[in-house]
Parts: sequence; structure tokens; C-alpha cells
Amino acid sequence: MEKSRPLWDNPLQFVFACISYAVGLGNVWRFPYLCQMYGGGGFLIPYLIMLIVEGMPLLFLELAVGQHMRQGSIGAWKTISPYLSGVGVASVVVSFFLSMYYNVINAWAFWYLFHSFQNPLPWAACPLNSNHTAYIEECEKASSTQYFWYRKTLNISPSIEENGSIQWEQAVCLILAWLTVYLCILRGTESTGKVVYLTASLPYLVLLIYLIKALTLHGAVNGLVYMFTPKLEQLANPKAWINAATQIFFSLGLGFGSLIAFASYNEPNNNCERHAIIVSLINSTTSVFASIVTFSIYGFKATFNYENCLNKVILLLTNAFDLEEGFLTADNLNHMKEQLMANYPNEYVKLLPQIKNCSLEAELDTAVQGTGLAFIVYSEAIKNMEVSQLYSVLYFFMLLMLGIGSMLGNTAAILTPLTDSKFLSTHLPKEVISGIVCFINCIVGLTFTMKAGNYWFDIFNDYAATLSLLLIVLVETIAVCYVYGLRRFEKDLHLMIGHKPSWYWKIMWAFASPLLIISLFIFYITDYILTGTLQYQAWDATQGQLVTKDYPSYALAVIGLLVASSIMCIPLAALAIFIKRRLKREHRSIIA
Amino acid sequence: MQGFLLLAFSLVTTAHAEFCRPDAQNAFKVRLSLKTALGDNAYAWDASEEYLFKAMVAFAMRRYSSQKTTQISNVLLCNVTDRVSFWFVVTDSSKNATTVPRGEVEAAIRMTRNRINNAFLLNDRTMQFLKISSTLSPPTEPSVPIWLVVFGVVFCLIVAGIIFLIVSGIQQRKKNNKEPAETENLEEKCEATVTIENGMPCDMLNLKTGQINGGYAADDERFTPL
Repeated sequence: MEKSRPLWDNPLQFVFACISYAVGLGNVWRFPYLCQMYGGGGFLIPYLIMLIVEGMPLLFLELAVGQHMRQGSIGAWKTISPYLSGVGVASVVVSFFLSMYYNVINAWAFWYLFHSFQNPLPWAACPLNSNHTAYIEECEKASSTQYFWYRKTLNISPSIEENGSIQWEQAVCLILAWLTVYLCILRGTESTGKVVYLTASLPYLVLLIYLIKALTLHGAVNGLVYMFTPKLEQLANPKAWINAATQIFFSLGLGFGSLIAFASYNEPNNNCERHAIIVSLINSTTSVFASIVTFSIYGFKATFNYENCLNKVILLLTNAFDLEEGFLTADNLNHMKEQLMANYPNEYVKLLPQIKNCSLEAELDTAVQGTGLAFIVYSEAIKNMEVSQLYSVLYFFMLLMLGIGSMLGNTAAILTPLTDSKFLSTHLPKEVISGIVCFINCIVGLTFTMKAGNYWFDIFNDYAATLSLLLIVLVETIAVCYVYGLRRFEKDLHLMIGHKPSWYWKIMWAFASPLLIISLFIFYITDYILTGTLQYQAWDATQGQLVTKDYPSYALAVIGLLVASSIMCIPLAALAIFIKRRLKREHRSIIA
Repeated sequence: MQGFLLLAFSLVTTAHAEFCRPDAQNAFKVRLSLKTALGDNAYAWDASEEYLFKAMVAFAMRRYSSQKTTQISNVLLCNVTDRVSFWFVVTDSSKNATTVPRGEVEAAIRMTRNRINNAFLLNDRTMQFLKISSTLSPPTEPSVPIWLVVFGVVFCLIVAGIIFLIVSGIQQRKKNNKEPAETENLEEKCEATVTIENGMPCDMLNLKTGQINGGYAADDERFTPL
């Protein structure tokens, strides 16, 4: 007796699962950075255009394929054409790479969350050196939040060559993160369906609390004004459009096979067209929402640092010239500086190297993305708020929810094809398969907890998924439109959702999206070729800042292997099927 | 008599000027930030406050040991500015016309720094003795790091959840394996009931071995009752 396929309890679970997967850390830490770099409010124009041209059609395509074929990525593409089963395998390989390094972020979120229960927060002040006379030098040169991130959390080595040992604290947090993921995927859709209610909705609650708090912070308006003033001249910069396209592409999580996996657990008559539109709109709205919060926090942090800088200069001048306290203020500072220079030229000249030019713009201009934004900038802003423990707990809990939501999608992309395959599912129950996948990922993930682990993390983050995904989605679109046939696909959709897709979808699938992906692909390749050697940012403890270094040859080999191993699946699988069929035909002709 | 007093006074003031001046040997500069520390409650720095300061330094020297006979008059203050900052030096009462060495004064102040700060309602930052390094208070470290405690709690909860789910999954599977054995008993009962009643409960038919046609995609469809 065939086991019936597990289903979502109701369509809401499916929508929540997709939202929980798509709305991830990239919405919080990449979109605000892009907004700042490419024209503030003006960036929304290429962003929305790319959403309409690329995001919604490709999302609808993947959901429809999954819902119709009712199998994971490998089975679905095999059904479309046996030569294309490599696409499914490539998706699984990329998902595997992603889940290896992505859960390390959850481990870091756990680490910070557990450390938020202290008063004062451990990253609020620098620790003392051994004889208690001053603060630790590395911490003085950098800042306390950077010190906590680079030294206490990562314990990072000066370069990727020095591997160091596994940090047991991080390793233990990583194991906890994997246990949490295992708990959520243990029972398949039964457990995942309940968990996504939490992982999809809680981040919005926290973002709302943060929005209210952030808008009341002193100086938040500076950040918002800075962000939303559109610099429309950036629209002429092709990088703005390319980054908008890339952001939409990766933010929705296309090509990993997770969307196909989620959709395969749907009822066959589920209206995936409406769901695709809803999910992509919610994803983009969340990005804008998160960037409002982020820029308020930027504004607060920049204003705080600016005022600190001014106060330091005032103190320096007051002490040097023994002026009365309160004589120098922020308003009369410039005027008084000129007066002092006129009256005491010699002493003033001696002080000149220490007097910094404080500028609010310079503070706002420091655009940060990625782990730097999430763990350094945000924690710096949080430590200056009142009741900082509460906000810290809320924030890192939100990061955790976002990260786990995305992990559920990643693991679903790996597990659905495995549990679909008859060979594995007859021999092992799905709990054991999930357990084995989690265990392997955890063991490999321990490499990211070594001292040089963050450098390897950056390699995986930048190269494991980017190029391969573009190719995978390109092949997917071409396969559905031209190999499977657009008319056949139309008829299938008509059967599923009750009406044929409109001309907008058809044009996007057949022409616009493939062309866009090809141009993105070409851009990436030329960018890699033009930059020559790849470089990375290494933390220099003696200077207390990041320095640029070249990757050693074995790291470049790993990068090449990462990209090649997923891309090669497509032609190799096609070749394998072709050879198998030739052998079968010869075998038959021999018998006949 | 008056001339003698005048001479003594002038000697004292010159000695004062000789010992206590900026960058003199064994002299220290003190800098106070009253408005920063106390805001609106800041008191004005006047002669009485200076007297208290001299008393505290004399107290520190007495506490320190060898200078048990330090008097308030041994502490000399000069160059008071609006900042409020001034220089002070401690003269040695036992030996004439000398000042107590720098190291001793420094050690004495460091020992009683907390008392001195509290007398003026200030702290190490707002009452600075330049060139006397302050012992920074180490952050209080609890015996067990708090993060480990929270980690332990969360870890145990999650492991408990996993074990619960796995065990209930195994139990459910055992129940499913037992049911085909039970259905045979129920089947006999049903055949007996069929003659009595009309319809059979639909669940029974689902438990019987049979093939579910994959062509009908919705697997929740119930078979129509016979």
C-alpha cells in the first residue's frame, strides 16, 4: 500500500512556510545596505521593477512546478525531462552547501541571545587587562562591540591560513542550533507546519516593537532623512539595477528547491498564483520595513557617535586650556576653536593632531552589511538604549526566528527528494534520514567554528550559491518554457488553479526572465574575470581593524570546487542518462 | 615682633611658591569636573572645599604609614583655575624644606582613593589625579557564566522535545502495525453486522489492504461505502 503524501493542514501553513523561508536575514542586513549605496529612496524603483519582471514570475513558476509534480526537486525535474534530473541534483547540492554554513549564523544568534541576560551587556564595555590598569589594547583600538564580535565570539585568527582550534563555545552553540532545526523538521510537514506559524509571525512583532522604539530614539530622524532622500543619479549606475535584480533573486530563495518542496505538499487545486503574488509582495514589504528600522538605528548610532566625538573635543580643549566647565558647547565650538587658535597658537598647534573633525555625514556614510551590521552595528546601538537587555533579547530572538525559518526551507529542499526516493524511504524512517542529514551538516559545520572559520564562512557565503543558482534557475525557466512546453504548462495550470495564466506571466517566463538571468550571469562572470585575484577582509588585532588580503591558492581551489560541483551536476546527469539509454537500446537491439 | 612675623610669613609664602608650582618636583595636578558629575547639584569650589581637600590628603598620608605626623598645613595648593584644576604638593614635617617623594604620595592616594572620591561626591573619572593611575574596578564575574545557565536550560528543553517526538513516533508506528492484526477480528464482527446493518464504517475499508490509485491526486479521498 502506497503511503499517502503528507500535506499542509491548511493553505495558511503553506503561505507561512514560504514567507518564513523567503523573509530571512538578507531582508534585514543586505537590503538596507543596498538602499544606502544605490540612491536611498530611489533604489526602490529598480527594486520594484525587478520584482515585477523577475521575482513574481519565477516564484510562481517554481511553486507551480512543485505543486503539479508533487515531488521534490529531483523527481520534479526528472518528470519534466529525464535529461534534466541534473537540475534537481544541483539544487540539492547547493541547498546542502547553504545549510552547512547558514546554521552557523543561528549559532551566533544563540550565543548573543544567551549573553543578553547579563547586566551590563558584555559588549558594552571593554574588559581590563591583566594588571587592571587599563583596557585591553585590541579593544581600545577597535570598539567594545567589535572586540566582543571578533575576539570573544569568533576568536578570529589574523588570516585564513592560520586555522587554529575549534572554539568549544561556538561548537556547542552550533550543536544546539542543529538540534533545534532537527526538532522542527523531525516529523516533516506535521511539525514544520506548526513551527512556521511562529517563525513567520514573531519577527514582524519584534520589528514592530523596534520600529516604535527606533523612531523615538534621539537622532533617528537623521538616519531616515539620509536614507529616504532619493539620489536619482544612481539610477544611471548599472550596478544599482544589477544589485536590485540579484537581491530579488536571492531574497526569494529561488533555485534551491525549497519552494518546489514546500509546494509539493499542497493540495493539487491550491491557488499558487495568488500565493506567489502574496509571498513576493510580503517579502519586499518586509525588506522596506526592516530598512526603516535599520536606518532609524543607524541615525541614532551616528548621532550618538557624533555627539561623543564633539564631547571628546570639548573635553580635550577644556582640559588643555583650563577653561571653565560648560564654557565650550557644541554650538560655539567652531567659533571658540578659532579664538583659541588666535590667542594661544603654540599650544593649539600641539593639540591639533588630537582634535578630530566630527562629522555626522561621515558617521552616516559608514554603510555596513552582513554579519557586521547584524552583530556589531545593531549591538552597538542596543547597548546605548535604556533597558538594553530587553531589546537585545528581542533582537537576537528575531534573528534566530528568521534564521531558523530559512533553515527549515533549506532542509526541506534536501530532505524532500531523499524521502521521495523509494530506495531510502523503504529502508529508513524519515526521522533517521533527517537525523543523518543534520548530523553530517553539523560535523562539517564545525569547521566554521575554528579560529579561521569566519573566513571560510565568507567564502561559502559569497560563492557557494551565487553563480550556480543563476544557472539553475535559467535552466529551469528554459526547461519549463521550451522543453516541457509553455502550452502544456498552461494546461496544467488551468487544471490546478482553474484559469489559464495571463499574457503577463507567459511573456515574463518565456522572454524577460531568461534574458535578465543571462545578463546577470554574464555580468558576474566578467566581474570575476576583471577583478583578477579574489580578496578577503581579515581582522588585524594589532591595528584593531580589517585589512584586505589575497586568498591562498587552496582557498581559490575550494571556491572553484564549490561552484563547479553544483553546476557540473546538470551536464553530468544529462550525460549519464544519455549513456544509460544508449546502453539499454543496444541491449535491446542485441536481444532482438 | 611684627617684623619677625612679616619675615616668617614671607619665608613661608616663598617656600610655598617654591614647592608648589606647575610641574614642580613631587607635585601633582588635580582636575575636577563638578558640573559633569553633579549637574545642577554641583557645589562651588571655594576655600572651604580646598581645606577639605588638604585634610583628605593629610589623612591619606597618615593612613599610609611613615608620615604619621602630616598636618593640614603640610599640604600646599596652588594655581587654582576655573576648570577646576590645581596643583598640590606635600611637605615633609620632620625634615625641613623638603617635599615628600612622589612615589609615597602616589601610593598613599591610591590606597585611600575611594575615600577621597566619596568625600567630594565624585569618582575616578570626575576627580582626576593626573599621572596617578587608578585601579579600574574589574567587572563582577559570577562563578558560573550566566550564558551557560541559559544555554543549559534551552538545551535540555530541546533535547526533551526531540526525545518526546521520537518516542511518540515509535509508539504511533507500533500502533499502526498492531491495527492490521486487529482489523481481522473487526472484519469478522463486521460480516456479522452486515447482515444486521446496512452500511459499514468507512474507516474499516481504508484499513484493508488495497492500492490507492495515484492518479487520483487527493489522497484524502474516502472510498465510497459499499
